[in-house]
Amino acid sequence: MNPNSQQSEARRKKTQRGKTRRKKPKLAVFKFASCDGCQLSLLDCEDELLAVADAVEIAYFPEATRATVKGPYDLTLVEGSITTPHDAERIHEIRRKSRVLITIGACATSGGIQALRNFANVNAFIGAVYANPAYIETLRTSTAIADHVPVDFQLNGCPIDKYQLLEVISAFLHGRKPNVSPHSVCMECKLSGTACVMVSKGTLCMGPVTHAGCGALCPRFNRGCFGCFGPKETPNTASAAATFRELGATDAEIERLFRSIQAAAPAFHEESLIAERAQNTNHG
Amino acid sequence: MLQHAESVTLQAGLFAQLLDVLKNDGYRLIGPRVRNGAVVYDDIANVNDLPRGISDEQSPGRYRIASSGSDRMFDYVVGPTSWKRFLYPPRRKLWEATRDDRGAWQPEPAADECQATAFIGVRACEISAIRILDRVLNESAYPDSAYAKRRRATFILAVGCAVPAATCFCTSVGGGPSPEADFDIALTELGTGDSHRFVLRAGSETGRGALRRLTDHLSLKPTALQATSEADQRAVDEQVRRSVGQITAVPAMGRAREILGASLRSDHWETVADRCLSCANCTMACPTCFCVDVEDVTDLTGTHAERWQQWDSCFTLSHSYLHGGSVRKTTASRYRQWLTHKLDTWHDQFGTSGCVGCGRCITWCPAGIDIRDELATLDSEVSEEAKAT
Repeated sequence: MNPNSQQSEARRKKTQRGKTRRKKPKLAVFKFASCDGCQLSLLDCEDELLAVADAVEIAYFPEATRATVKGPYDLTLVEGSITTPHDAERIHEIRRKSRVLITIGACATSGGIQALRNFANVNAFIGAVYANPAYIETLRTSTAIADHVPVDFQLNGCPIDKYQLLEVISAFLHGRKPNVSPHSVCMECKLSGTACVMVSKGTLCMGPVTHAGCGALCPRFNRGCFGCFGPKETPNTASAAATFRELGATDAEIERLFRSIQAAAPAFHEESLIAERAQNTNHG
Repeated sequence: MLQHAESVTLQAGLFAQLLDVLKNDGYRLIGPRVRNGAVVYDDIANVNDLPRGISDEQSPGRYRIASSGSDRMFDYVVGPTSWKRFLYPPRRKLWEATRDDRGAWQPEPAADECQATAFIGVRACEISAIRILDRVLNESAYPDSAYAKRRRATFILAVGCAVPAATCFCTSVGGGPSPEADFDIALTELGTGDSHRFVLRAGSETGRGALRRLTDHLSLKPTALQATSEADQRAVDEQVRRSVGQITAVPAMGRAREILGASLRSDHWETVADRCLSCANCTMACPTCFCVDVEDVTDLTGTHAERWQQWDSCFTLSHSYLHGGSVRKTTASRYRQWLTHKLDTWHDQFGTSGCVGCGRCITWCPAGIDIRDELATLDSEVSEEAKAT
C-alpha cells in the first residue's frame, strides 16, 4: 500500500468499461465509544472514494449516509470500544450479521484513551461529571472488540492511516493478506531517512516498541512517537523504559508514555503498572 | 608539471570549482548536509550546503552535532545515512501488471530512472561497504541489474577522516581512516583559515578526467592548484597516523569467526535480548545489510497489481517466516542471527566480513548495544570455557 499505487485516471476509465456483473460486497461501518476520527478516515479518502463506492455497496455508514441496507454484511468495520452493557450486547448482534469483521483504530483494537478508566474508579468519574449519576449506566472498563467477539483483522492507529485502510479493504476484496507490517516505527524512520530523535536529540520516543503504519509521522516533525498505533510485534517495553530512564525520564513520565492512547494494550498496560509501582516504592 | 603530478593541492576557497566540474559533467551531487540535528546524505546544490564547522560526538545510543569552531568541512564522521540508500533504495517498484479488457494480465517492468550521481565525502569504511554490496548484489550468480546500473553511474569523491568518532573501529576489521582504492578522487582536508586546503588524488580514469577539467577551469589562476608539495604529503601522512591513533582497537574482531562459532549456545544472547528492542535500527543504519522483502499490492478494482521491494531486517518476525511460522521467534535468536551473519557466516557466503567498522549500529541503537562489547563478552566466555576443559 502506498500513494504511488493509486490508480490513474486512465485505469479508472478502463475499470468502468470492464465492470463485472458480480454483486458488490456489502460494507457496513459501526461505531462504539470513539471520536469518529477513524471512520472519517474513510471519508478522507477523497481521491479514492469513488473507487471505494464502485467496489463495495455502502450498506450501513451513518456518518456518510442516512440510507441503510439491512444485513448480513460482507465486510464490517467497527470503530470504538465497549463501555456500556448495551454495547456489550450490540457487538454480538453485529458479529452475527457480519461475514468479516475488522476493527479500525485504537479504541476498537485496545480500548482507546477511554481505557484510562480501567486504572481508576469509574463511579468517582460519574459522580464528578454528571449532575444525576443515577441516569448513567456504564461499565467499569473500556475494552477492545476482540475481548467480546472474534475479530478477523485489527487495524490500529489513532486515527488509522487512510492508505492502510484502503489496503485492508483492497486485500479483503481480492482475497489476499493485507500488507500491514507489525514491525517498529523505527523502520519507517529509517526508510524515510529521518534521523532518530531519541539518539540525536534525547527526545523520549515510543517508536522502538510501537507498531508501524503512520509513516513515522511524529518523528518526521521532530516529535517523539506517542505510540498511538499500539505495541509492535515482540515489543521489549522493559528495555524501552530503561532507555527512557537513562535519558532522564522519571517513573511518572514513563508511566504516562505507556498509559495514554493505548493504555489497555497488554504490553503497554503492563509496563505502565511497573512504572506506577516504582513510584509508589520510591515514595515509601 | 601539474598534468603529471600524482596529487594536487587545491586552495579550500576553490573547492566549489571541483563541485562545478562534476555538475558540468552531468552528475547529480549527493553529499553531507545538516538536517534536523544530524549530518545526513542528501542532494546538495553547492559548497554552501556542506557542513562547514560541524563536528559530531558519538557514543552507544547517542549522537550530537557540535560546532567545531573552524571553517573545515569534513570534521564530522558518519551519520545515520549510508550510501546504500542511493545505490539500493529503501523502496522500489519491481514491476506492475494491468488486467486488459479480456481479463488477461499484462505485466510491465517498472521504469527505473537512474541519473549519473557523484557521492561527495565518501569515507574509507563506506568504500569498503560499497565493495561489499558489489559482491553481494552484483558479483553473485543472480546480479541485481538495478543496483549494477546505479553503481556504474556513480562517481566517488572520497575523503579521509581527520576526526574519528568514539564508535569507529575500521582499523580492527582490516580498514583504516584513509581511502586506499575504489574511488574516483580522494581528498584530504588540511589546515584552517588561510592555509585551509585540500590534497586531491585521482584513483580512476574518470577521476583523472575530472581533475584535468578542474585544472582547465582554474587555468587563469595557476597558484590555486599545485602539485602537492613534500610538506603537504607529510601533513597528509601525519593526519592519517593521528586518526589511526585515535581509533580504539577491538582485538576480539580479529577472532570474531572463532568466537561466534564457539558461542552459538551461549546464555549471553539472552542477556543481550533483555536490552535489544528488535527495532531493526542497527540493520537499517548498517551500510551493508541488504535484506529486502517484497510486497504485492492490488488496487480496489483488482485490475492493477504492483510488486514492491522494501528494506527488511532479520529483527522482524516476518523475515524468518517459513511455512507454519517464524523460525526465529525470540529476540535472542534474531540478535544472534544478525551478529553471526555479519561477522562470521558472511565470510562463507561472500568471502569477506559484512562489517566495515563504521559504528552506525552502535550509535543508532536506541538501547546503546555495542557489538564490540558483546563480542568481547562472548570472547571471555569462550576463553574461560577453554581454560576449564
